[in-house]
Amino acid sequence: MINKEVSSIDEAIRGVESNMTFMLGGFGLCGIPENCIAALSESGISGLTCISNNAGVDDFGLGLLLQKRQIKKMISSYVGENAEFERQMLSGELEVDLIPQGSLAERCRAGGAGIPAFFTPAGYGTEVAEGKEVREFNGQPHILETALEADFAFVKAWKGDTAGNLIYKGTARNFNPMMAMAGKITVAEVEHLVPAGELDPASIHTPGIFVQRIFQGSNYEKRIEQRTVRTKE
Amino acid sequence: MGLDKIGIAKRIAKELKDGYYVNLGIGIPTLVANYIPEGISVEFQSENGVLGMGPFPFDGDEDADLINAGKQTITTLEGAVFFDSATSFSMIRGKHVQLTVLGAMEVSENGDIANWKIPGKMVKGMGGAMDLVASADNIIVAMMHTNKAGESKLLKTCSLPLTGVGCVKKIVTNLAVIEVVSEGFKLIERAPGISVEEIQNATEGHLIIEGVIPEMDI
Repeated sequence: MINKEVSSIDEAIRGVESNMTFMLGGFGLCGIPENCIAALSESGISGLTCISNNAGVDDFGLGLLLQKRQIKKMISSYVGENAEFERQMLSGELEVDLIPQGSLAERCRAGGAGIPAFFTPAGYGTEVAEGKEVREFNGQPHILETALEADFAFVKAWKGDTAGNLIYKGTARNFNPMMAMAGKITVAEVEHLVPAGELDPASIHTPGIFVQRIFQGSNYEKRIEQRTVRTKE
Repeated sequence: MGLDKIGIAKRIAKELKDGYYVNLGIGIPTLVANYIPEGISVEFQSENGVLGMGPFPFDGDEDADLINAGKQTITTLEGAVFFDSATSFSMIRGKHVQLTVLGAMEVSENGDIANWKIPGKMVKGMGGAMDLVASADNIIVAMMHTNKAGESKLLKTCSLPLTGVGCVKKIVTNLAVIEVVSEGFKLIERAPGISVEEIQNATEGHLIIEGVIPEMDI
């Protein structure tokens, strides 16, 4: 067994530098690597390109890095929940590449799977297709999308073992598995870290081969963006 | 005038068929889940990675790790399953989802849809909408017939940046049910108490009116 466990958050993010490209898992605030984001916020690095489906909210998630102007460019599919983000984007301070959610997921997966590019129908005939090769398959136009890779991928799982194997909970899985595959160095933070051998090999979502560093996070806030409930009758 | 948002959702619910897997967008489409016709089984897919979505949780039971694509807390039903985003969009692109219902800012008479960006004003992003409209065979747009300024949202050509081209098949608004055919917007049904003339006046694109137009049954 190759041991991936690191003993501190400092060790987990060792090697991050300004102007690097990062992937960060999560959908909205669900399944985001809270501990890593907090550490990156305190690290003082800047000029970052961040690939993440969303950009957090003003005071949480990637919003923490936006507040400190650490992000130069965002690659996302939906950024509607963050006023500071919108201000920086409309003023031109922040470069933003908006891409369809399915293409974003597949571009990360492709990056990790050794597939340099693929054709998809999503975005044909729209701004997203500008400058991209178009080819017809089965009579339908498709556009060429290229793989995404990152210097570091930061992912969050529910359980993990010291071999780097990961299990996600509920819809907190989202982009984490593909991003884990596409990081040159993938850092996984988990709510429960167990010794290798304790997880059922058939129940693992992300095999440890994709993970370089793993640690048990702490103080998870797990903020809910839209608390929707019904009342008992 | 015409239907409210719940009325639109109730009319769209009549399009659900037994065995359908359905993706509902944010807003009016989400309400459709509350009006599934008796005697049929459908499953709701949310593109953030869940199939078999149930109603909102009871107060106190909400779980931060269990949300829909609108970031709302949800529950799951028996037989539900979670998956990653790439698998989710494989279901969508691979046409395993039978019906997609989403909102729109504009629809054109050739089935183009715009719903993600107002240049210089509002840029939220397309989320999963471009993947959904590019691949789904059966797309229903749920929206108000006119915008807040009273201008038609059913146009000859869209003025806003497009989400997809030639993809919308059916539109359900507060005023009418319309099918997008090769010649334009074909009027199928009127909302209760709404005249054909009122629908015509609220539709900028070419409206096709053939024979007597029945009132919606909702």
